[in-house]
Amino acid sequence: MKFGVVVFPGSNGDHDALKAVELGLQEEVVPIWHKDTSVAGCDALLIPGGFSYGDYLRAGAIARFSPIVDAITSFANDGGPVLGICNGFQVLTEAGLLPGALLKNAGLSFSSTWVHVRTETDRTPFTVGIDPGTVLRLPIAHGQGRYFIAPDDLATLEANDQIVFRYTDSKGHEDDAHNPNGSVAHIAGICNQRGNVVALMPHPERAYDALIGGDEGLQILRAVVHAGLSAVSA
Amino acid sequence: MTKVTVTDETLREVALTRAEYEQVVELLGRQPSPVELGMFGAMWSEHCGYKNSRPLLKHFPTTGPRVLQGPGENAGAVDIGHGLAAVFKIESHNHPSAVEPYEGAATGVGGIVRDIFTMGARPIALLNSLRFGPLHIPRNRYLFNGVVGGIGGYGNCLGIPTVAGDILFDEKYSGNPLVNAMCVGIVRHEQLMSATATGVGNLVVLVGADTGRDGIHGATFASVENPEESHRGVVQVGNPFLEKLLLEACLEALDVNGVVAMQDLGAAGLTSSIVECASKGGLGIEIDVQQVARRERGMTAYEVMLSESQERMLIIVREDGLPALRDVFDRWDLHADVIGRVTDDGHVRILDGETVEVDVPATHFTDDCPTYIRHGVESRKIIEARERSLDGFAALDADDVIPTLLSMLASPNICSRESVVRTYDHTIMSNTVIEPLQGDAAVVRIKGTPSGLAVKTDCNPRYVYLDPFLGGQHAVAEVARNISCTGATPLALTNCLNFGSPEKPEGYFQLEQAIRGMAAAAAALDTPVVSGNVSLYNESGDEAILPTPTVGMVGLLEDVSLAIGMAAPLGTTLLLLGEPVATLGASEYLAHIHDTVAGHPPKLDLALERNVQTVVREGIASGLVHAAHDTSEGGLLVAIAEMLIAGGQGATLDLSEIETRSANRLDRAMFGEAASRIVVAVDAENVAQVQQRANDSDVPVAVIGTVAGDSLRIAGCGNVPVVELRIAWESGLGS
Repeated sequence: MKFGVVVFPGSNGDHDALKAVELGLQEEVVPIWHKDTSVAGCDALLIPGGFSYGDYLRAGAIARFSPIVDAITSFANDGGPVLGICNGFQVLTEAGLLPGALLKNAGLSFSSTWVHVRTETDRTPFTVGIDPGTVLRLPIAHGQGRYFIAPDDLATLEANDQIVFRYTDSKGHEDDAHNPNGSVAHIAGICNQRGNVVALMPHPERAYDALIGGDEGLQILRAVVHAGLSAVSA
Repeated sequence: MTKVTVTDETLREVALTRAEYEQVVELLGRQPSPVELGMFGAMWSEHCGYKNSRPLLKHFPTTGPRVLQGPGENAGAVDIGHGLAAVFKIESHNHPSAVEPYEGAATGVGGIVRDIFTMGARPIALLNSLRFGPLHIPRNRYLFNGVVGGIGGYGNCLGIPTVAGDILFDEKYSGNPLVNAMCVGIVRHEQLMSATATGVGNLVVLVGADTGRDGIHGATFASVENPEESHRGVVQVGNPFLEKLLLEACLEALDVNGVVAMQDLGAAGLTSSIVECASKGGLGIEIDVQQVARRERGMTAYEVMLSESQERMLIIVREDGLPALRDVFDRWDLHADVIGRVTDDGHVRILDGETVEVDVPATHFTDDCPTYIRHGVESRKIIEARERSLDGFAALDADDVIPTLLSMLASPNICSRESVVRTYDHTIMSNTVIEPLQGDAAVVRIKGTPSGLAVKTDCNPRYVYLDPFLGGQHAVAEVARNISCTGATPLALTNCLNFGSPEKPEGYFQLEQAIRGMAAAAAALDTPVVSGNVSLYNESGDEAILPTPTVGMVGLLEDVSLAIGMAAPLGTTLLLLGEPVATLGASEYLAHIHDTVAGHPPKLDLALERNVQTVVREGIASGLVHAAHDTSEGGLLVAIAEMLIAGGQGATLDLSEIETRSANRLDRAMFGEAASRIVVAVDAENVAQVQQRANDSDVPVAVIGTVAGDSLRIAGCGNVPVVELRIAWESGLGS
């Protein structure tokens, strides 16, 4: 299986995404330059974290006009698995591939720490095989990670099983104390209605080796390998 | 020759003395042009020319089997095996941060990162060493928040983890905070890049940001007292996004055939980068300022040459390499402008179109910079403080030990830095093995090898204030001890010498003695000085800062999986290795509890220091030692409390032997400070083996307790739940 990691000017999580696939999953992975117009040959796309175009306007607001975004959109519309991480989440909401928006953290400051998230659904290519309720320990590092969506749309999100991860304590219990950024309904990650486009604020690509604090992010990246194989065989 | 009037006002603007001006005239055999005068002012500033410190810096040991690049380039480099080198340097941005804390600190980070990738190295870790006045003063709180914000804002955007550092508060830093940023990078030996111009006819290319009017005279500004009053527009504004593009483009440009040198534009902008490149290569450089892309119209040659606009880099390239170089920068949407050529006459020649603005041999700016050897005298006031008897302070009752511990843990100089480090991305690049607050130093792995680097900055300025020679030794020894506590072997150091005015005999005394002390310790501990920076004139009003020779160190773990932190595991035995007897002199206890900075700092036996560190490192390497933490500010009890908080465990302590040896003064036994002492956590069945190893190395060793339960119990002094210790420790910085 071949992963593609999209590199925008100002992306800085591209290195980790490439290494997580290469060293953690031991699968093939290539960088995709933002000026490219094709993602041909890739089976799954990772939109990494960082500060695309400096995030000087709104996070992700400029990156969505990059030439590569049309190709990402077509890939997603064809059902291809796309994972947005951190700034990648912000880019996907700005590009209209995912609903809602990411606001400044409730505490107003950048937050770099480890959090726990509970897996809410196994219907996406990045959670298939992970039992709902499974708690994963992942790092976060963001200043604008407070997920927001209007109440009616939140109800739709819930009804459509589009909430993929929620912030919890290590046992999987939700409360405000373990919500690091004030996200509505403790949402850490969501998917589109079809389920093939997933994004989250925590960094699974930085948690691929116990030596660097944890390897539970690998479960998310590995899921798509299994999903990809089953899709091909289906 | 005729001397046209150069007024005192003119000279003040370029920060040259009348005598230095006369020297310029004599060197040139004529009067300097205005642009030449500005360039001499910048290059002969302390910041660029090291005119007060250069003779003293010669004391530092700068060579060793692992040193690939000592002082003289943009950063130092040491061999770390596997064909790789660690490239690192620390630099100050004190004066800009005093005026505009966010941008001052941010551009400090930007500058040190450029120093590293200029060497061809990929930056992999950032550290920072900060000093402020007390936070209850609103101005200090503003500076603190701004500096921390700027460091995070810039470093997070670049995607380089900020993994370690140190923060200390003292009223002597009110109005003159210290912001020292350190960066560590990795490069293959053969890709180490130089900043030396070679090849007559090669092109001089300016890449990155356009040049604006910001930061003119920044170098001279860094070398005056009372920065707040003198300049405001000199503080530059950073653009970390642009720096990220510049970083990636420059590292790609290393592969372009024909790139012979890189030099970043830092203090004194184009002036210093051109002069340094030419002077190091023994060649000349001619540029035309009209070829420099600018942010605004109407800039003069003077402004272009002295602008300190950020995120710019000079590249020297063979003509046949230019198209490939341009391709790299085009790809990153950065411009690369040819502004001149390398010449054979050794002159720096600056043209503004047809007009020659500057024509001066490069070495006049560098080698001919005057140096001053002054005579230092120690301040009477400091001698009196040092010699003051400490016996008069009331002894500490057993009942007061735990309340005092809680107070000490909440001291701004000891308390948790969680609220600060949380705002710095420390997991990006997926290398961080020991995170901030987990150990005495941070540890990052080197991908593709089994090894890792331990990195740390530190300096106890009260020790330096009360005894600059001894304090300088301590600064080196303590950082090395921190490195050793992770299991890493200290390799080499960089330093940032933050002092007051060297023109005052008391200030010069501190600078000279501290350097001599640091040099002695660096030699004894085999940690040569490979890079550094000098920041003098740190004064506000009449008061100088505490003398602060910050040390940044890099250590090597051949097997990074063996790295340990300070969290004491349940069931282990706590041993104190090294110096059993402490002193209250120069201690945080005296400062925090008795509001006194006085007494002799702890003595330091460098042979014992070496042995203690070796025993700990070997204990870690052989798997006997599970946690290690040096006792520094706050002494033994604070160190133990920190180990328990980190591990979320309690302990039962018996410190009676140490109490006896401290003349039964509980304050000395519990909170006194000493060098060369490390608390380690060892499995009960291995205690005898560790004791034996310590005895074999002439290192004193004492069993002091067992990790158990969820409270700290001290024989004869009561107990306290560890969660209470944590709450006190986390409360110290307020908000």
